[in-house]
Amino acid sequence: MSPAALCLTTILAIVAVGTTVGFLAGVRRRMDLEQWTVGGRGFGVALVFLLMAGEVYTTFAFLGASGWAYSRGGPTLYVLAYLTLAYVVSFFILPQIWEVGRRHGMQTQSDFFLARYRNPWLAGFVCIVGIVCFVPYLQLQITGVGLIVSIASYDSIGRGPAMAVAVALLVAFVCASGVRAVAWVSIVKDVLMVFAALAIGIGVPLIHFGGIGAMFRALAQAHPAHLTMPGATSNLGHAWFISTVLLTSLGFYMWPHAFAASFTARSADTLRRNAVVMPLYTLTLAFIFFAGFAAVLVVPGLSNGDLALLTVVRKSFPPWFLGAVGGAGALTAMVPASIFILTAATLFAKNLYRPLFAPAMSDAQVARLARAMAVVLGLASLTCALLASTTLVSLLLTGYAGVTQFFPGVVLGLYWPRVSGRAVFTGMIAGVGSAVLLMTTHHDPLLGLSAGFLALCLNFLIVVVLSLLTPAVSRDAARHGTLAWAAGT
Amino acid sequence: MRKPSRAALLLALIPFAAMCFSVPLWDRIDPMLLGLPFNLFWLIAWIGLSSGCMWLAYRLERAQLRRAGQPQ
Repeated sequence: MSPAALCLTTILAIVAVGTTVGFLAGVRRRMDLEQWTVGGRGFGVALVFLLMAGEVYTTFAFLGASGWAYSRGGPTLYVLAYLTLAYVVSFFILPQIWEVGRRHGMQTQSDFFLARYRNPWLAGFVCIVGIVCFVPYLQLQITGVGLIVSIASYDSIGRGPAMAVAVALLVAFVCASGVRAVAWVSIVKDVLMVFAALAIGIGVPLIHFGGIGAMFRALAQAHPAHLTMPGATSNLGHAWFISTVLLTSLGFYMWPHAFAASFTARSADTLRRNAVVMPLYTLTLAFIFFAGFAAVLVVPGLSNGDLALLTVVRKSFPPWFLGAVGGAGALTAMVPASIFILTAATLFAKNLYRPLFAPAMSDAQVARLARAMAVVLGLASLTCALLASTTLVSLLLTGYAGVTQFFPGVVLGLYWPRVSGRAVFTGMIAGVGSAVLLMTTHHDPLLGLSAGFLALCLNFLIVVVLSLLTPAVSRDAARHGTLAWAAGT
Repeated sequence: MRKPSRAALLLALIPFAAMCFSVPLWDRIDPMLLGLPFNLFWLIAWIGLSSGCMWLAYRLERAQLRRAGQPQ
């Protein structure tokens, strides 16, 4: 068997095993909307951990982070900081979200905004922004699969056909199975990914330098500036690091799928314990960084940094190993991508289409419409992935600039009785608008600070000032309404 | 909504101070520890330490919830 065939067969086998596990997990359950979207609210610590780890550690972590370690250097360290801090933040919001979620039967993030602020326009806006932000995130995953297949086939299969096959597989998987299947496939994916990360992170430096320490010493000597900020960039310094870490750690659970994953938990305590253990999973990423940094010296001069990890693996290991890494990588793209499609499709059908166009729709019809929407979303992201070319990390940061604008509405909605829906809506529009404006006019970073972070500051300011300007009488009413909302009376 | 205790919030601020705001202090290559550049070593160490901080916060919150008589 040729190296390419061996490699592709291994990938195919891994994807097949993963998908089968997923199908089996959902097969004996009736798939109503509640089961499809939030798994019947019965997940314990282990399944919630797998679901969250499943959707967090995406192709972004696998190819994107190592790609930035290769092409940008020091600034990529923001990933280790922001993931850890995101769980710290989650400790203070997810259990509370879970409680109100159970009380009001919430399935999506948009449900939260509707229940808290009783403003259907705000809820609809949240829904649209959420769906739009999924497109770059999905595009990232699909691009990742394309890169994996083209490298694993030793460049005999183009990225376009590979991406098309991946999208078809994804949509079929999502329509048939739902959120429980995704949690179970995560087991296969996580085991493989931890194994691959350790093997690559230790193996690559060992083969080419004799150890991790020797590799870093060689790199520090050859490119002294690469390992610290701003690394190989001109404008990603410490101010960028702080603002980006704040933006992304606060925004992490504002992704509609991550937000909704908290509804799958059995109890609020499950989510608190999860916040304690999740940071440790970030350690896996450190090993992926080792490989990315090693690639700077081993395979210099790649046009696309996102190819660094796979190229260095192909140069260092036998074809079957490249196949195993590719298979892990493919699942790492497909598991989160199915969650994104599932979440975005549910948001569209349940929170946008039904309230605006067809109030009489039954849950079963909503579930059917959501499946149809999954196909549309898959095709939209595939088109973007075929047309655009940008680094995986930039794609993710674009999405973050959008979803983090939900943060003021969520955290103040939970803890500040005085915050008004109109203030949250105005702040969010200003936040999303300024983020889009700054990014499309190439002012990111601005004054050394991440554009999304500046937009978030503006957003927060508007929400607080407008809420304080709300007259006192309606403030009492608001306080009363909020207490009633939180207590379920 | 019951607010989290001040002690838990303070515990949560420690990882933020260590991994985010203090970046100019630890973003350097030397001294290399365990074969890692100092900035990488610092962040990896704080992944573990942050989990420790949140474990303490968890113990605190749980004790408070028990005292308040709320179901777990």
